[in-house]
Amino acid sequence: MAKATRVSYGEALVKYGKDERIVVLDADLSKSTMTNTFKTEYPERFINCGIAEANMMCVAAGLATTGKIAFASTFAMFAAGRAFEQIRNSIGYPKLNVKIGATHAGISVGEDGATHQCLEDLALMRTIPGMVIINPADDIEAQLAVKAAIDYEGPVYMRFGRLPVEDVNGADYRFELGKGVTLKDGDDVSIIATGLMVQEAVKAADMLKADGINARVINIHTIKPIDKDIIIKASKETGAIVTAEEHYIMGGLGSAVSEVVCENAPCPVKIIGTDRFGKSGKPAELFKEYGLTAENIVANVKEVLKLK
Amino acid sequence: MDKKRSTELAIIANRVRKHALTGIYNAKSGHPGGSLSVADVLTYLYFDVMNVDPKNPKMADRDRLVLSKGHTAPALYGVLAERGFFPVEDVYTLRRVDSIMQGHPDMKNIPGVDMSTGSLGQGVSVAGGMALSAKLDKKDYRVYAVLGDGELEEGQVWEQAMFAPHYGLDNFTIFVDFNGLQIDGDITKVMNPTPIDKKFEAFGWNVIVCSAHDFDELSAAVDAAKACKGKPTAVIMNSVKGKNVSFMENNAGWHGSAPNEEQYNQAISELDAKIAELEAML
Repeated sequence: MAKATRVSYGEALVKYGKDERIVVLDADLSKSTMTNTFKTEYPERFINCGIAEANMMCVAAGLATTGKIAFASTFAMFAAGRAFEQIRNSIGYPKLNVKIGATHAGISVGEDGATHQCLEDLALMRTIPGMVIINPADDIEAQLAVKAAIDYEGPVYMRFGRLPVEDVNGADYRFELGKGVTLKDGDDVSIIATGLMVQEAVKAADMLKADGINARVINIHTIKPIDKDIIIKASKETGAIVTAEEHYIMGGLGSAVSEVVCENAPCPVKIIGTDRFGKSGKPAELFKEYGLTAENIVANVKEVLKLK
Repeated sequence: MDKKRSTELAIIANRVRKHALTGIYNAKSGHPGGSLSVADVLTYLYFDVMNVDPKNPKMADRDRLVLSKGHTAPALYGVLAERGFFPVEDVYTLRRVDSIMQGHPDMKNIPGVDMSTGSLGQGVSVAGGMALSAKLDKKDYRVYAVLGDGELEEGQVWEQAMFAPHYGLDNFTIFVDFNGLQIDGDITKVMNPTPIDKKFEAFGWNVIVCSAHDFDELSAAVDAAKACKGKPTAVIMNSVKGKNVSFMENNAGWHGSAPNEEQYNQAISELDAKIAELEAML
């Protein structure tokens, strides 16, 4: 069933929230980030910080110094964007056990438009040494990402979306931090996707099949540390890669994959992402306008195959 | 506080000033002015107020201090060394590439440092998080933060100024080093944060104004902060930037520059004279 990963986030916080060390902070967006589910279940461990994200990130850092597992939640724009330097200096540098639950990432925010459509958070967070970044593709993956973040000691940035996404993983799915997932096998080309673009990648592979092209589909849920092995293997075995992400074309998944490919096993790479600020519109209309569709993945696969 | 104790603390604080200046002199960079102005309060807190154990710096329910004005790290390092967290010689390796004594406090590698700071405005928020944690766990440890007066120009300070009273963090005390100078000069001319006391009062804090260089007043402020229930305390300390080194006092030029050899020797001899004078009183 299609579900927004922000909803999965809220559910997972309740599901795994029994651990007394867990404290959830929000900046007046708990009804949107869905941390209000945790607030209802564990009100004594829910801290509303008001509309003050810089302070929230540092309060989370302070809680973490005393042994708490602090989840700090707000929209991706105000987490990675507004509070970047707080995350870098007060969470990343001292490597504190803070989990950033960043919701409403990407242009799938829709009607609120460019100021709220964060398309650079992966790039920003990737530059912080030691930061773990997870961008789950569906409900089960988002929930297991929260569990993995709790089990991992250190800073984690989790990216969740507003728009419901289809399940790409089965009910028996096992999440492994830092490991990519091969969803479809194929030898002609690899489509490496993250977040809600994974569902488009799966659709694209089915469309390519009709044209006699066997595409491998890889879901990279952990943007950092990235699964180098699965990328190098894809490059060597398929000889061409298309990446797809709901993020600016610089600094995100496409860049991360290109870095691995260039240094280890060069092959042509096409990067699908946004190349400008977002704007208001219905998510489906925006995906079409910005090329975040299965159709555009198919077109890029055909282009990259010419470079092979 | 009895006279003997305040004299002993004054001697330690002046030794701390020497350590800080020696570290800065060796490094040929650093922040002497503010280090000298916070030496007394840091000495008092680490020696007579805070429950800390130099042999067990990460002790679970210890009191905590966040040096939000992280650029005055040399004073913090000097106090921690005097208190036995590490040898004083370590302070003299300040800012060296092979030293753990980073230019700004580093909680990961320096024993006794409770938070990595340096980017102004952030430390006070972190300290608020520590104080909140004590409340959540019903523990009775206390949290202290030391801020600069120029630091109050950071908007984030006022986010925390709303937060701490909102959550009734009466285990949280901040000290504002009100020396009136920042890098570019007089704080009231650069970007006026005054009246500091009235601002904190308006935000819901218990406010105490005292001298930063009088241990009786600092002691009374800490006692009043502990006695105050339901709200955090802001101690606005009237201080002298560059305190106890004649040519550095009240001079913004000494905010962030190191003394040359002649200046260093003069500063040390002035502090030695001050220490000898105090020792004669014991």
